[in-house]
Amino acid sequence: MDIRIPIGLLFVVLGLILAAFGVATLQDAELYARSLGRNVNLWTGLLMLIFGAFMLLVPYLARKKKAAKD
Amino acid sequence: MFFEAVTMVENFTLSVVDYAIMAIYFVFVLGIGWALKKYMKSSSQFLEGGKNIPSWITGLAFISANLGALEVFGMGASGAKYGLMTAHFYLIGAIPAMIFLALFMMPFYYGSKARSVPEYLKLRFDEKTRGFNAFSFAIMTIFASGISMFALARLMEVMLHWNFHYSIIASAIIVLVYTYLGGLKSAIYNEVLQFFLIVIGFLPLVIIGLQDVGGWDGLTMKLNEVAVQKGYAAGTWTSTWKYLGSASANPMGVDWIAMFMGLGFVLAFGYWCTNFLVVQRAMAANSMSGARRTPLIGALPKMFLPILVIVPGMIAMALMSSPDKGLMLIGNNGQTDYNMIIPTMLVHYYPTGLLGLGITALMASFMSGMAGNVTAFNTVFTYDIYQSYINPGKPDSHYLKVGQFATIFGVAVSIGAAYIAANFNNIMDFLQLIFAFVNAPLFATFMLGMFWKRTTGNAAFWGLLSGTTAAALHYSLTIAEGKGGWIAHLVEYPSGMAQGFWTAMYAWTVCFVITIILTFLTKQLKTIDELRGLVYSLTPKTHDEPGIVWYEKPLVLAVIMGTISIVLTIIFW
Repeated sequence: MDIRIPIGLLFVVLGLILAAFGVATLQDAELYARSLGRNVNLWTGLLMLIFGAFMLLVPYLARKKKAAKD
Repeated sequence: MFFEAVTMVENFTLSVVDYAIMAIYFVFVLGIGWALKKYMKSSSQFLEGGKNIPSWITGLAFISANLGALEVFGMGASGAKYGLMTAHFYLIGAIPAMIFLALFMMPFYYGSKARSVPEYLKLRFDEKTRGFNAFSFAIMTIFASGISMFALARLMEVMLHWNFHYSIIASAIIVLVYTYLGGLKSAIYNEVLQFFLIVIGFLPLVIIGLQDVGGWDGLTMKLNEVAVQKGYAAGTWTSTWKYLGSASANPMGVDWIAMFMGLGFVLAFGYWCTNFLVVQRAMAANSMSGARRTPLIGALPKMFLPILVIVPGMIAMALMSSPDKGLMLIGNNGQTDYNMIIPTMLVHYYPTGLLGLGITALMASFMSGMAGNVTAFNTVFTYDIYQSYINPGKPDSHYLKVGQFATIFGVAVSIGAAYIAANFNNIMDFLQLIFAFVNAPLFATFMLGMFWKRTTGNAAFWGLLSGTTAAALHYSLTIAEGKGGWIAHLVEYPSGMAQGFWTAMYAWTVCFVITIILTFLTKQLKTIDELRGLVYSLTPKTHDEPGIVWYEKPLVLAVIMGTISIVLTIIFW
């Protein structure tokens, strides 16, 4: 089992949830008052999505490269 | 003790999104255990991870297994109380020892085919030295696991409003399921997952907190005021070595000798080089050079962990000095409860959504602390206690079953330890004291055993016992912050930290000297052939596998990590 796949999947799923919640609450100034007015859900969600996609992409590209070599 | 203050800080509510994040995390953790279940066909697979794990995974697990409740709460609290000086635990208190482990000790651990640290002691010395280490280590891991379990249950009780007893059972079941199904490999894989989650869960806290106090410059300015208010020089909270000239010049109450020798040499080398909890991760690597790379790969995130666990404590201290910021850490007894810093900061800054992720990150850290200790315990119990003393000579399938039973037994006893922790206010201090008693003299035994072929088994055993006794005696004759001094108060240390460092130094020195003296008075019972592969002078030099690229060579990595740690030390001098 390649651990990068479950890590990537978890980060993509959680990132999607956080980013979607961030978009849904874009206008909710009260919610983000405690985080100094910043929509931290959206930004953290996007960061997790990028990292998750990277973790999923690395083993995929490695397999593709190995197949081309063989 | 913990979490008394959180309900007094400010109101917060968790939404469906927060609970969904936690639930999805638990599904993934259990899923990894389930996916690895089919590979658990032998005791080696279950207890040693099959020795086929890539070094980037074992390297991250090496650090993550250490990120339990003691680390997250303890370092957050120390960040507030002592400032950046706490980073010594991540630089001189870790990196030199990790480099030493990689370059000089890992070849013996991995090359000798010992399956555990106590087993190495048996091969190098004798059965009684192994027994002493195996039993003391088993007790230590159970207490450490219990403390993480207790902290996790308290977190669930206060933040999720779950019943404390149900929380204990729930956290125990989750860790039990994934360690029982997938063994050490499941624990290691989950530790890597938990490491990334801890980083993403705590990073926004540092960024928002720093913005709130006006960036690093604003933080420095506020902490300078705190230092002056407390009677220290401005800058004491934001430097590492500058104010170690005398113990009275800094809030930690230690001088440079105690820091360099007590923490940097005795405690750091005692912990990172001989504690099976972390060494086990390196021993699960897929090759000798992979095992040697493990602590070096772990060294990189280790050096930057202070950003996640110490800086929030420093920010909390700055915020508490600004009444308009509204951050308070008052416990039920009216005293400042520094252990509360990380959870309180999460509640203070995180909105719904991110709060769920932050709490999940805290849970991940406690679970990695529990699982790490449970998997180290089941290996030592199976190989070093059961197979050695109770029922030797059975087929491997029998020891696989015993390993699985030991996992259940370890979790069950951890529950008992969690309840002990719930009833004693100073259980964390007690555990750290036990670490000082056991690990500090153990490094002297290992040093002499690995680098002096003359060292005898009898000398090692009695030296180890003398060192542990010396630690207990030193602690009983000295006092710091009202602790210790059970027999007399010959010396009063300015802080518990200073007392701990000096206790470790006395323990190491007594063990070292007694072992040398007794070696000259006792007969070496091991032959040269028996010591081959266990002692430096009798072991062929380790060469890297052919085809290994330059940046994967342990020596190159060691130079890089050493350089980074020196640069960081100079920057934050």
